Amino acid sequence: MKRATFIFICIVFNAILAFAAVHSHWDHIPAKDHDRANPVAGQPEANAAGALVYGDHCAQCHGADARGDGRKHPSLRSDNLRKASDGDIEWFLRQGDLAHGMPSWASLPAEQRWQLVTYLKSLQ
Amino acid sequence: MSISSIKRAFGGVLFLACCLPALHTARAQEKPYFVTYSYDLEEPGNLDIETKTALARPDGSTRYGASALELEYGVLAWWTSELYLDGQATAQDSTVFTGFRLENRIRPLMHDHIINPALYVEYESISGADKTLLEVVGHDGQSDLSELNGESRKEHEHEAELKLILTSNVKSWNISENFIAEKNLGHSPWEFGYAVGVARPLRTAAAGRPCTFCANRWIAGVEAYGGLGDTAALTLGETSHYIAPLIGWEAPKGLRLSFSPGFGLTSTSLNRVYRIGVAYEFSQIGNWFRHAGGTQ
Repeated sequence: MKRATFIFICIVFNAILAFAAVHSHWDHIPAKDHDRANPVAGQPEANAAGALVYGDHCAQCHGADARGDGRKHPSLRSDNLRKASDGDIEWFLRQGDLAHGMPSWASLPAEQRWQLVTYLKSLQ
Repeated sequence: MSISSIKRAFGGVLFLACCLPALHTARAQEKPYFVTYSYDLEEPGNLDIETKTALARPDGSTRYGASALELEYGVLAWWTSELYLDGQATAQDSTVFTGFRLENRIRPLMHDHIINPALYVEYESISGADKTLLEVVGHDGQSDLSELNGESRKEHEHEAELKLILTSNVKSWNISENFIAEKNLGHSPWEFGYAVGVARPLRTAAAGRPCTFCANRWIAGVEAYGGLGDTAALTLGETSHYIAPLIGWEAPKGLRLSFSPGFGLTSTSLNRVYRIGVAYEFSQIGNWFRHAGGTQ
């Protein structure tokens, strides 16, 4: 009986881990955030500022060319980002993905997050 | 030894920081608070080295400068670990190492909310000569800071400190509240304190060109902190309270400077305490060793 309980707990634990691994934050973005418009979309000045914000905060992990390191730090020229709306990316920056190593950038002013979104979109 | 030795050490750290831009650096999200903690943690893999210096003169005593060297490492995105090394120099007295602190901060919630908690657990092994004022709890007052080093360092304190950190980001304003409980692991009662900070960048949008002194690199704010008594006397009587405007500058290449003049609000508080912070952040230090080992 004890062994069966142990196996059951292991299965549940692994299922939770697998669920967490498969279901990234991208699957849980609220509709109002998904639909949020980027106030600086397409502005060259915002793109240039976003590139500098990227250099300050993101390049250390994702690389100067945003292609990641092929291991822990993913490329930011990806299908996920191509398909994501500006609102999705801003939400993801604000929330981070703490369980998978991505810090939250909620303390960065919203204006800078939108500038960063503009730059990331320009890379796709 | 005197205040000048603290100044020389401080200058040395500044010089070192200025010579290091060739290494990989990063800009932190951290606010220029000296006592208040926000829920911002160190980015995983990054090492932040910071000195926090307090300069003051207790009534009836001589000037002192106390410095804490802080090594902060981002273990995981939700866990940051720190080591502090404390020391102080008192005019017409001596310069002494006053002990160390080990601290961990974790974010228990994986999502961002209106109010975001972080938990702080610290172990301190410091002497009674410690004057860094990294927190004010219980009935701490300027009389604790005016003893001669020879006497005060005989007292050794093993303390545990717990903090509940609550942070909100509202329209680029960072609002952080800390509730502090500290206990000498020997016999003393629990002591309580608080710290509250508010800060905001002078400009919220980033500039479209590289710049050193542009407004978005400056953060201004104010923090207030003080003691709330202890379990034996949970009262504001005989407690110290301070209010301290602060300004921080994030220079290019990972260097941060901050300054804060603090003003005592009660008779047991120091009249004034000036604080200076110098910080330098190194990004992804684990990669240095991987590269050195030839694994990449």
